[in-house]
Order: sequence, then structure tokens, then C-alpha cells
Amino acid sequence: MTEGKVSMIEAMVDVFGSAITGSEIQCGDQQVVHVEPSNNLEILTWLKDTEGYDYDLLLDVTAVDYGSIPGVEVVYQLWSITNKQLLRIKCALPEDSLKIRSVADLWGSANWLEREVYDLFGVQFEGHPDLRRILMPKNYSEGHPLRKDFPLRGRFSREKQTELALKQDYEDYYSPEQLEGFGQRSDD
Amino acid sequence: MGIKDRQNEQLPVAGNSDLTFLTTKVDFVVNWARRNSLWPMPFGTACCAIEMMASAASNFDLARFGMERMSFSPRQADVLICAGRVPYKLAPVLRRTWDQMMQPKWCISMGACASSGGVFDTYSMVQGIDTIVPVDVYVPGCPPRPEGLIYGLMMIQEKIKSESMADHERLRREDPEGAGRPVADSSEVKALTGVFGNSTQQDKFSSLAQTARPGRFKDVLK
Repeated sequence: MTEGKVSMIEAMVDVFGSAITGSEIQCGDQQVVHVEPSNNLEILTWLKDTEGYDYDLLLDVTAVDYGSIPGVEVVYQLWSITNKQLLRIKCALPEDSLKIRSVADLWGSANWLEREVYDLFGVQFEGHPDLRRILMPKNYSEGHPLRKDFPLRGRFSREKQTELALKQDYEDYYSPEQLEGFGQRSDD
Repeated sequence: MGIKDRQNEQLPVAGNSDLTFLTTKVDFVVNWARRNSLWPMPFGTACCAIEMMASAASNFDLARFGMERMSFSPRQADVLICAGRVPYKLAPVLRRTWDQMMQPKWCISMGACASSGGVFDTYSMVQGIDTIVPVDVYVPGCPPRPEGLIYGLMMIQEKIKSESMADHERLRREDPEGAGRPVADSSEVKALTGVFGNSTQQDKFSSLAQTARPGRFKDVLK
């Protein structure tokens, strides 16, 4: 098991060279590989398509703002169905350019997960088909709540937040066709 | 008061001089009917809703008090039971449900979160639904026991008892323009929530302001 992982890291270093910035084992057997954010798409494509590795399932895309370290770290959690192997890829983004290429074309599951990371951390996923907020209201304008510099109670006062909340439009979340399906709208 | 003895049963027939009747006040009859057939509109968003369901189930049996069934249509409901925390994203839904209910209507805020935001004093939570809809009875607890909810409903019944159809001032007037608007105006919300701190008074009860490094990210507000 461990030897297979070591050889995989070596193979990654052979192919991508200095784009692999480090690797470690966490929590017993969780292999973590740190990579350069500019090479994320090539590395993840390689991991998905290379025979013998076959990381064909993207379990999670998330991000961490450690606070003490500037910037945001984007985390990809992969699972190889054939090899029954977990792999975690981490890309540290500097705080002045929170940009990374989207992997939504590679795995469909990345679509909403990247939207969530964008919503809560403000990471821009370049090439994402539909990058907009997914958890916070559409008219939310206080920033990205899971960043460490975000005040717990938000940036606006409570009266402003209440006012904005009640200004939400249902059509922000449902198309008119979907609203039709819910029954007669009471616009009168 | 010509109530016939049931022992000498003879059904009253219209036109018959034996027709039974009783005299009373309109207010009494109307309030009696209203308070004994309250249909709750459940707006359950969290664990309080579990206790609300328990209240409706056989052990506690809300139907004993006239809450014969939960009315899942706001058009047919009389009392809105908001059970659980309400995030800002859900606030217009709660307001719209309330707007769709017909007068006369009442509202119960069940549990700490619905009444005050509870422990969720965060960026995403409504700090008390009384800023969104007018509330008649607050049931404290986290969550309240079914007895608590039943007591709250009986307080609504007591309130209905004292209402009068002639006393228009005491009826809750609703302005059509007010639909979808906060029930408390902004200064009221400020007075209600200000003491607990908000974005500008973040460190009133905590030292959380120290974690903030303003201006760390350039795209914070857009």
C-alpha cells in the first residue's frame, strides 16, 4: 500500500517536476500532496486518466483559511474506485490572487462544490460554467463568510441584513416555469 | 333560556313553537368557535419541529384543544407556529407564509432560536422572528417540551377570549403595502439587536474583533 503511494508520488514528480511542492501522510494513511495552483488542472487530469491510478471520483472540493497563513488553501479529495485509494491534493493560493482553474469539466461533482468554495471563500474558479453563490442569498453583499477576517455577525448591521433578506426575489432561486409548477402565484 | 331537557327528546322543527334557542353575545360565540378550532400552520425548520410533531401525536394530542390537524396550507390556517431557527435566506418565505394566512390569525414563536436567534448569533440568522412577522406568544425552551407548546396555544386561546368584534382598534390591522416588509421598522430592529452587538459592535461581549484583519482581501465587498 505505502510503496504504491510512494511510487505514485515519484511518478508525479517525474511528470510535473517542481509543480509538486510536497507530500505528507496525515491521520494514519491519508496521503496529502501539495501542488502548485497553476498546474492543478494538468495534475488532476493526469491522476484521473493515468492507468493504474484512476482517481475517477471527486469526493469533495473545499478550502481552508488558516488565518495565521495568508491566503486560502483549496483542497481536492479524490477516491479511486478501482484501487480503493484516497488522495488529497492541496493548492495554496496567495491572498492577492485567489484564482484557480476549475475542474468542473473533469468531474461533474465539482460544479456545485466549487460554487460553494466561491461563495464562502471567494476563490475564483476560472472556466467554471456557472460561478455564482449557492448557499448565501443571491443579493448577499457582505463578502465571503468563512474567511478568517469575516466578522462573526456579518459586516452590516442587523437592520440592514433584515431589510436585504426580505428584498430577496423568488425568481433568484426558481425559474418562472418552476414557480408555475408550485401553483398559482399570488401576484394580485 | 329554553334548552329542552334531552331526556324528553324531540328534535326542534322550524316553525314549531317548541324550537329551542339560546341568547348570547356575538363576541362570545365567535370567540368560542375561533378558539376551539385553531388550525396550526407548522413552520418547522429545526429540532423544535420534532417537539411540535410530538405535541400533535397521541401522547400529547393537540386535537384535544381544537387543533384538529396541522394545516399545511396557509390559506386555511389560523395560527402560525414557527418552530426552529430561521436564516435570513428563509425570512421572505416566512413572511410570505404569514401574508398568505387569512385574518384572524395569530403567531407562536416556538423555542429560543425563533424568539431571539438563540445561540446562533451569527451572520446568517434572523435574530428573532418578531422582526419579520408579529408574534403573539413566545414559548421559551431549547426546544420547549410539548407541554410548553400546548401552554402557548392555550395562551392564544385566552387571548382570543378577550377579543371583541366591535373593538377594531384591538384587531391587528394589516396594510397591503406592508406585505413582504419587515414588521419592525429598522430603528426597532436596531434597538432589539443592538445590545447584543452587531457588525460594528462586534467585541461588545467577545473579543472576536481581534481575529479580523480588515483589508486583508481586496475583493471583500462587491
